[in-house]
Amino acid sequence: MTLRDDAPMLEARAVTRTFLLGANFFRRGRPLHAVNGVDLAIRRGDVLGIVGESGCGKSTLARMLLGLLAPTSGRIMLEGEDLGTLTRRAIARRVQPVFQDPYSSLNPRRSIASIVALPLEVHGIGTATERRAQALDMLDRVGLPKRYGDHTPGQLSGGQRQRVAIARALVMRPEIVICDEPTSALDVSVQAQILNLLMDLRRELNLTYVFISHNLAVVQHIASQVAVMYLGRIVEHADTVTLFRTPRHPYTQALLASVLTPEPGLGVPDIGLGLAFPDPLNPPRGCTFHPRCPHRMSRCSSVVPMLTHEQGGAVACHLYPPSGQAQAA
Amino acid sequence: MSAVPKARPDDTVLEIEDLSVDIATPRGRLRAVREVSFHVSRGETLCIVGESGCGKTLTSLAVMGLLPAVASRRARKLSLLGEDLLEASPRRVNALRGDRMAMIFQEPMTALNPAYTIGNQLTEVYLLHRGGGIARARERAVELLGKVGMASAAERLQQYPHQLSGGLRQRVMIAMALMCGPELLIADEPSTALDVTIQAQILRLLADLQKDLGIALVLITHDLGVVARIADRVAVMYAGEIVEEGTAERVFAAPRHPYTRGLISCIPIPGRTATGGRLGTIAGVVPHLVGEIRGCTFRERCPYARAECAAEVAVRSIGEHRWRCVHEELPA
Repeated sequence: MTLRDDAPMLEARAVTRTFLLGANFFRRGRPLHAVNGVDLAIRRGDVLGIVGESGCGKSTLARMLLGLLAPTSGRIMLEGEDLGTLTRRAIARRVQPVFQDPYSSLNPRRSIASIVALPLEVHGIGTATERRAQALDMLDRVGLPKRYGDHTPGQLSGGQRQRVAIARALVMRPEIVICDEPTSALDVSVQAQILNLLMDLRRELNLTYVFISHNLAVVQHIASQVAVMYLGRIVEHADTVTLFRTPRHPYTQALLASVLTPEPGLGVPDIGLGLAFPDPLNPPRGCTFHPRCPHRMSRCSSVVPMLTHEQGGAVACHLYPPSGQAQAA
Repeated sequence: MSAVPKARPDDTVLEIEDLSVDIATPRGRLRAVREVSFHVSRGETLCIVGESGCGKTLTSLAVMGLLPAVASRRARKLSLLGEDLLEASPRRVNALRGDRMAMIFQEPMTALNPAYTIGNQLTEVYLLHRGGGIARARERAVELLGKVGMASAAERLQQYPHQLSGGLRQRVMIAMALMCGPELLIADEPSTALDVTIQAQILRLLADLQKDLGIALVLITHDLGVVARIADRVAVMYAGEIVEEGTAERVFAAPRHPYTRGLISCIPIPGRTATGGRLGTIAGVVPHLVGEIRGCTFRERCPYARAECAAEVAVRSIGEHRWRCVHEELPA
């Protein structure tokens, strides 16, 4: 059984993105496989959390899902249509981003209302007055009083700026919002406000989210299903309850173990991982996680584990051989 | 272990009373830290927790004598191992810094010099304070790199910071801070810039070293999860003041200040907060701290505020648990 019950809203099929580092006219450069054979399917109304550490390829994947970067191979499908065949504008009407840093993602010289109205302007929707009215409406919806419309980003706090970024993403009434670490730059009290807001908006506007974060507690809170990435690959994918109750991949287990919940007396856990995060330019052979893995076996250093689907989830690890196959190595 | 004789019968390493830091701004005096008092003893971990701008970093810089020129510090008492740092000459403070008291910063890439090898940077502080020749200093550097869990330490000495990952760089920073065997270690968000699995490893390392070496650790963080797992005592800062202080158990089990309670309710906790449920929030924004400040600075955001919050609010206490609030106990 696969994860797909009905037609997915957004789908990645064997998506790979390779960057050539240090390439020039004479030199081919060294390939960096930022995203390596990723399959994903997001149903309408779902919140897909993507977690992983820096360099795992989650932001590259986000840019491909937004149509800002073409996959080197594989396809991204938006309700059955290949993103590669759609124009940038057609994609932008339906898929919008919210980025991590609300300080660098807003033009400091424009008023808040014109920042939020910009997507409408680009798409030639309505008159200037109508656009402003829509922008102010959207500001109201994200919890910013209309009087902020004439402020500039410099006059706003980090949380208020992130509200502006969300309003700008939503003003086109997209169906999908790709949130790339939307609360990582914010204080905890502000993070809580933004998470509450994102959940309210999802219900009100019937949105589908891809929510990228390194913070598992936040992902557990907001996502309905979770994909765990390591060095460009998805190593585990399951619905949120299953993943948090019975994490299967040793990397997922380590990630969960490293969530420091505010419970005094428990101490800092020993997550049992090796020290070295591998060099993405020179990834380990076999399972890329094996040098850090506490459960590694001999085949882990030579055979790449395939993502095998089982009820409610998928995992890429030799500890879980596909059913019907002998465990012997 | 220590070159300085134990001046005090008790184990207090750092003692601060009524420390204030002002910053000169074009609009007037910004009272960034106001009358902060705390102490930390040998073998103890004190966490200072608060959100950005609450003054936690300025407090630590004031202790280390590293405040920027626009900032000035005042205090009734600021003593390290019984020695008065307020009266100490800059030369004396320089001698203590890196030797008796050391600091670890958030971003190991900016705190390490990219143009020098790890070995250069580790031995520099030792040669400066202890002398004794490069061979002895290298030996000490290798010993400490081993202590912070770095394999093939001798080869690491030849490497440059850019050749190491973020987690390894932070281990180098910790080793550097410990070169002279300080009594006080201040760590300012030591794990914040790191990935989650690396963060847990670094914190565990710090906790282990702190126990092994019996140092007094002041850990500054915005992360309540870190605080709960590593602190013996917690000081919660808001808008330049410590609003609550006590043992980690007491503060998390029964927070007395509305800000502490609000902060704890804001964080999602796997297994406790429901997926898709609402998180607690703190309404409003942090007040401006320019000019005269009267009464409780949290009152405009506080769900329990009363008229008397606008007047001077006294500190209440039960044993070691202290908080600054008009309420003896918050309504449930």
